[in-house]
Amino acid sequence: MSEGATRRGGPFRERLPEIVVGLAVIALPFALPPIGGTLDLAQRILDWGLFGLGFDILFGFTGLLAFGQAAFFGAGGFTAAYLLTAPYTENAVLALAAGTVVGAVLGLIIGLLSLRRSGIYFAMLTLAFGEMAYFLEISPLAKWTGGENGIAGVPTPTLGFGLFTLNLETPDDVYWLLAVLFFLGFWLARRIIRSPLGLVLRAIRDNETRASAVGHDVQKYKLTAFVIAAAYAGLAGGLLGLLQGYMPPDAFYLDTSGQLVVQTVIGGAGTLVGPAIGAAVWLYLYTALQQVADIGSLWKMFLGAIFVVLVTVLRGGIGGGFVLLWRRVRGARKEGSLDAPMTAPVGQAPATTMPVDRRRARRDGPVVLSATELTKRYSGLLAVDRVSFELMDGEIRAVIGPNGAGKSTFFNMLAGVVPPTSGDVHFKGDRLTGLGVAVVCQRGLAKSFQINQLFGTLSVRENVLIAALARHLGKFRLSLLRNVLRISDLARLVDETLAAVQLSDRAGTPVSNLAYGEKRRLEIGLALATRPQVLLLDEPMAGMSPNERTDTVRLLKRIAEGISIVIVEHDMDVIFELADRITVLYNGGKIAEGTPEQIQADPHVRAAYLGSPVAHEPARG
Amino acid sequence: MNWPLLFAQVFNGLTLGALLVLVAMGLTIIFGALGVVNFAHGSFYALGAYAGVVAYKYSGSFLLAMVSGAVVLLVVGVIIERGLIRLYYNRPKEDQILVTFGVAIVVVEAIRAHFGGLAQHLPVPSWGEGAVNLGLTYYPTYRIEVLGIVACALVALYLVLFRTKIGLIVRAGIEDPLIVNILGINVTRTFLTVFGLGTMAAGFAGVINGPIVTVTPDMGADVLVQSFVVIVIGGVGSFWGALVGGLIAGEILSLTAMVQPAYSQVMLFAAMAVVLILRPQGLFGVQGRQ
Repeated sequence: MSEGATRRGGPFRERLPEIVVGLAVIALPFALPPIGGTLDLAQRILDWGLFGLGFDILFGFTGLLAFGQAAFFGAGGFTAAYLLTAPYTENAVLALAAGTVVGAVLGLIIGLLSLRRSGIYFAMLTLAFGEMAYFLEISPLAKWTGGENGIAGVPTPTLGFGLFTLNLETPDDVYWLLAVLFFLGFWLARRIIRSPLGLVLRAIRDNETRASAVGHDVQKYKLTAFVIAAAYAGLAGGLLGLLQGYMPPDAFYLDTSGQLVVQTVIGGAGTLVGPAIGAAVWLYLYTALQQVADIGSLWKMFLGAIFVVLVTVLRGGIGGGFVLLWRRVRGARKEGSLDAPMTAPVGQAPATTMPVDRRRARRDGPVVLSATELTKRYSGLLAVDRVSFELMDGEIRAVIGPNGAGKSTFFNMLAGVVPPTSGDVHFKGDRLTGLGVAVVCQRGLAKSFQINQLFGTLSVRENVLIAALARHLGKFRLSLLRNVLRISDLARLVDETLAAVQLSDRAGTPVSNLAYGEKRRLEIGLALATRPQVLLLDEPMAGMSPNERTDTVRLLKRIAEGISIVIVEHDMDVIFELADRITVLYNGGKIAEGTPEQIQADPHVRAAYLGSPVAHEPARG
Repeated sequence: MNWPLLFAQVFNGLTLGALLVLVAMGLTIIFGALGVVNFAHGSFYALGAYAGVVAYKYSGSFLLAMVSGAVVLLVVGVIIERGLIRLYYNRPKEDQILVTFGVAIVVVEAIRAHFGGLAQHLPVPSWGEGAVNLGLTYYPTYRIEVLGIVACALVALYLVLFRTKIGLIVRAGIEDPLIVNILGINVTRTFLTVFGLGTMAAGFAGVINGPIVTVTPDMGADVLVQSFVVIVIGGVGSFWGALVGGLIAGEILSLTAMVQPAYSQVMLFAAMAVVLILRPQGLFGVQGRQ
């Protein structure tokens, strides 16, 4: 991180979250006693907060709602407690590290299994595997874990070796150990969130399909988040045993996983400190209301009700509420720190030089992309029937046909989205068939979607950055400590792409605030930012006004300066203006191929379209 | 080999499996039609058992207890669907899970606040006392009857799902929710009916399981997890998947308990993991459905 501390806001602004969290952690043991809290409460808040830091990376930032985090909390806790009581070591740091590693390894195993499914299945599977861990602990592993008794007599933590041994005997000492670890945990988590990994995780949360389509290996990134969360859980579990001198089996309970979820949502998912805030609410209510005679037993019901209300009306939780408030107070002055241009804008006025007619040249280039006898059969329905196709270098090729002709299926087979029933796709001599959309994109074939697939909660710049990252990182690379904003090659690529799709002045805008035409341009920009050699455009004009169409045609002509394009489109005027050659599909088969003039004159094509008056139907979108 | 014991355990597995089928069936039709995974399902099961306990206490009739468990939960289901779940149909799946999880907390804690945490007793009905000679072994009459009761309930559910218009819509919704919407079918009423039916199944299962297990506020947690396993094994949204998955789960739990009690729960999850690796969509699930 040698290159200049910050470009905007100054080092203070940049470090503000760390400073605030650091001060809060220092103030906590002094702030709690006056309102009836104890040091024990402060310890537990930080321990749950640490547990939650990992979970927030998984749930708040990656969008994966896991219900089995207790497995890793318990595994880490029992590992550390066992090592310290057996005793294999007296060093708490070693024991905690071992607990963290065991948590992470268990996370890897359970993650591999649970991530085979997504969404609701993922939630159910993590819940089930979490329960499995509990049942393993209470019986088959009881010899080591003490079963339902847990492990008693966990010694107070000892740090260091030999002469440099430090024994943390008082609860105060233990609190400061927790405080330091929580602070380091927060620092690391924030670093991860701002790293390339963190941006990809947020991309997956917003739109998994698109994250994969720009070339990220979504599965591996999800697993990484899962393992990170498990490691945090393992560490927090180890600390639980240390802070109370006893490792309870209820660390493994379903309720533990549930409590973590509830705390995170109450405090605010996606804020990192949310889980700690939620833990403070939960634990404080628990200790404070316990002492009130009549309603003491109702504390958890209140909490459940608060939770339901928050989920319904304030999904961002308390932390999210603060963020909203903060934004309102600061007004529309700025739109967030990730958004200002990273480098000086490159030649704002995009080169609008209309290409002279290069069509002849393009038609004779070498073949870049070829399909041989591509076929797709959906149980009985033959969607695409042995279509062969060759795309020349630099060519703009249109694929047209009436509705139901098989254009989209054909297109998706080229892009690797749909595996063909038979037939092959080759790109510059390499076989691409069945490799999946992420690999295909990495090889240089990028697809834009008919219905916008953007990263909805992120800014225009971040959207493009995600796509550019796929080029930079490859399918999967662990880069979790660098600041994604400070990778200079990326900044250039992003700025160029933004200029190309004329969104430079909208870089800081959240995608949700864009006008429709701008979203369509960004949709193309995402594909473009992966630096493809072949661009696959699925109805880029869908839903556009005539003016926007003219603009987009100009844009596409400019893009085509360097790359080949395959375009599926309903607008015939556009097709005839843009395309070097046209492939006509009808009922799943190819009925004609040739220059626009040839196609216009082709009797088969006329028959196909005359039989189907929907050729100029209003486009969807 | 102890044949009578094995025989009895197979029957235990059947009874346990049958109850899991009933609970999982409610879960799976709610998911199938509404797309909502109801994490409050276990708490509805517990609430059903308590409704049964109360009804039995005042009437002394187990039949009435069964009816009240079903009816109370039908009403509760309708209220919750109207008041809360409805707001969530257009929200992300994660939010739906969160809100039903919150409902579960409230329901369980309300039960605990009113009845206390100690176990309640729901006795075996007079018509279920004693044991039946099954040849190899004597087996409690009530458990045999449970098999019959669950079978009747499942036949009724089957008839609703496969022989009525609403069932047709539900099944169509499982295949393709979008098309059902486009066709202009009044889905709101269907959703309400299905949610009510699903919670009713859970409540009913709670009552008939009352005499077999102990009735506590937390009794639903294990059942919820086991039903998840059942529908992951069977395939989410599938009637036959829930049926076969439930019976498999019941047998795994009870047969492993005979050989290696410590591993009976673990085996269940291991079976789920195996299914997940070999056939991720579940035994009766449709590939690609999310």
